Amino acid sequence: MTETADIEKLVGRAYQHGFVTDIESDSLPPGLDEDVVRAISRIKGEPSFLTEWRLRAFRHWQAMKQPQWAHLRAHPVDYQAISYYSAPKSKADGPKSLDEVDPKLLATYEKLGVPLHERARLAGVAVDAVFDSVSVATTFKDRLEKAGVIFCSFSEAVRKHPALVERYLGTVVPYQDNFYACLNSAVFSDGSFVYIPPGVRCPMELSTYFRINATNTGQFERTLIVAAPGSHVSYLEGCTAPMRDENQLHAAVVELVAEDDAQIKYSTVQNWYPGDENGIGGIYNFVTKRGECRGRNSKISWTQVETGSAITWKYPSCVLRGEGSVGEFYSVATATNLQQADTGTKMIHVGANTRSTIVSKGISAGRGQNAYRGLVKILPSAHGARNFTQCDSLLMGSRCGAHTFPYVEVKNPTATVEHEASTSKISEDQLFYCMQRGISEEDAINMIVSGFCKSVFKELPMEFAVEAQNLLAVSLEGSVG
Amino acid sequence: MSAPILSIRDLRARVGGRDVLDGLSLDVGAGEVHAIMGPNGSGKSTLAYVLAGRPGYEITAGSVTYRGEDLLKLEPEERARAGLFLGFQYPVEIPGVNNVYLLKAALNAARKHQGLPEVDAFEFLAVVREKMKLMQMDEAFLSRGVNEGFSGGEKKRNEILQMLVLEPTLALLDETDSGLDIDALKVVSRGVNTLRAPQRAIVLVTHYQRLLEHIVPDRVHVLARGRIVRSGDRDLALELERRGYDWITGAAA
Ligand SMILES: Nc1ncnc2c1ncn2[C@@H]1O[C@H](COP(=O)(O)OP(=O)(O)OP(=O)(O)O)[C@@H](O)[C@H]1O
Ligand SMILES: [Mg+2]
Repeated sequence: MTETADIEKLVGRAYQHGFVTDIESDSLPPGLDEDVVRAISRIKGEPSFLTEWRLRAFRHWQAMKQPQWAHLRAHPVDYQAISYYSAPKSKADGPKSLDEVDPKLLATYEKLGVPLHERARLAGVAVDAVFDSVSVATTFKDRLEKAGVIFCSFSEAVRKHPALVERYLGTVVPYQDNFYACLNSAVFSDGSFVYIPPGVRCPMELSTYFRINATNTGQFERTLIVAAPGSHVSYLEGCTAPMRDENQLHAAVVELVAEDDAQIKYSTVQNWYPGDENGIGGIYNFVTKRGECRGRNSKISWTQVETGSAITWKYPSCVLRGEGSVGEFYSVATATNLQQADTGTKMIHVGANTRSTIVSKGISAGRGQNAYRGLVKILPSAHGARNFTQCDSLLMGSRCGAHTFPYVEVKNPTATVEHEASTSKISEDQLFYCMQRGISEEDAINMIVSGFCKSVFKELPMEFAVEAQNLLAVSLEGSVG
Repeated sequence: MSAPILSIRDLRARVGGRDVLDGLSLDVGAGEVHAIMGPNGSGKSTLAYVLAGRPGYEITAGSVTYRGEDLLKLEPEERARAGLFLGFQYPVEIPGVNNVYLLKAALNAARKHQGLPEVDAFEFLAVVREKMKLMQMDEAFLSRGVNEGFSGGEKKRNEILQMLVLEPTLALLDETDSGLDIDALKVVSRGVNTLRAPQRAIVLVTHYQRLLEHIVPDRVHVLARGRIVRSGDRDLALELERRGYDWITGAAA
């Protein structure tokens, strides 16, 4: 039997088991070729434009090389050893109850204040329903429908709104963009889709948390958010509880489109499992996030709090095409143990009078290495463009490092670009001062770190800000001294 | 003398490879205010840090009893929660951390230690506002970063504000008067005086007898070369003002 026939057979069997009803189902065997790409598209019942797009991406990817960054140390990923389709996980695989879950993980949930029923779901315990959130989610769905907002899984959008998907997919992050985005385009599993109709202010924060089936979107997630003229949306991604995943490699793509006078606020709090003290078992997180301010006076704002991941490679970016459009990037990234964070942003000023603000706060502890890499590019057309960049690093202990690489390309003489940078250490004087006021060393560290991150936290939606603060506290626990 | 709050016996301490405290003994009774004076570099701040438990200070001999307990066994934050307050000679800036937030955390840490519930947010603010008024501090200081960009005098007032809110049993004030203008000196002194109470004790480190006109001490000590070389009543301060330290330190050598 040929290899192709082999796959066909497997795919056929998978079909029998019924992917649509998403009960027990199979995975594709490890390996990647055109047949696998076709199989993924077929399993998901996609229209031909999407199958063709995936294939073009795959062909392009084959000729690409994995990027090498000076400040990242990564084990090479064997792309033929990955299975590119695994249907929703069998419930028999997970722990049967919370008693079987690593007590350390449970202790973390406790500290983060994760509700009891959520703990089970996050730890991968077989749970039958999404509990309360089902009813919560239905109420939300009603309100969103009334406003005309589309918020669903990517697969559902492909089925129900193929024209919208075809119109916008890959228009912000073309598959040729980079190695990981290209791979994602060929094999992406699922993700989220949002469309806000003209003039609509989305009546609530959209959070992946409230989307049923939000879990299991797999390692190649894809998100597309479109804000039609004059619309507003705030989108929350992620979860503060540590997520474990057997997939080491994660290569997501997020595309945002803001039309005239539209605003998108995209907030992320991410806490992938960083691996143990020796860096074993951590997740490699290579994400391409880009927003395009396509319309006049549109605005895209990225806010992110990143802890976790063995390796994070992430540059939420803005292409400021519309005249007078605004791009913002607020980020807190931590690197502890052997974590490596290589993050930053790109602000590409195309239109006249476009403005961008970058505030990056890097915290390094233990042996963590934190790199900020930012590009501010002012094209010849960007008359009167302005950028302000502030990059601050906080070091905890003496074995960690912080590196900043600000790149600036200015092709229009009327532009103004400002850059401020600082590196500080938590001083013993500060710690002792707090302790002399009765505050424990740990609380003192948390306070000082939160103070350092304040200008980013204040950009987060309220509840998220509190969670982010707790998350930071937990992830930096015991990292001084 | 009333029951001692603080009792130091033959204390010797090293810092940075130097023996700075060299057999220091001192008793401070409940309800008393003591002033410690002495030449620059004689060990006054070192004594305050040792009592507060600052890391890096090695106790090589002697003992310190605080309300009948071995103080040196306690961690710095435990000492604070047990009612020991140090007003720093050079208060540190903590950018981004709300002044009022730190104060509330400090108060709650002490309350937790006493088995009390967390302070009610409104009551807390009311108390803080009242004390700020007493210290003639603008309310804007509440929301600023801890000592962030404060002038020298403002930092000192902020120390006293914290003390007034925390109501410590033993307050060690290290040169709280230096850097204060004449009016501020009165304001700060008034603040300290409101804290005088039979169950408390205050130790003032100062270079100036002027402060002692506002806060009248029960005892005055001269610290030189790491030990108390002379003690007296407030007249000793006046005498020091007239004659300097040579006549005493010379005699002690
Ligand atoms: N970390 C250190 N390393 C080395 N020497 C130190 C250290 N800390 C204090 N000293 C020394 O110990 C001595 C006492 O210092 P301390 O600050 O206690 O003096 P002080 O009496 O408070 O002086 P002042 O009146 O100027 O405030 C000084 O000679 C000082 O240089
Ligand atoms: Mg001193």
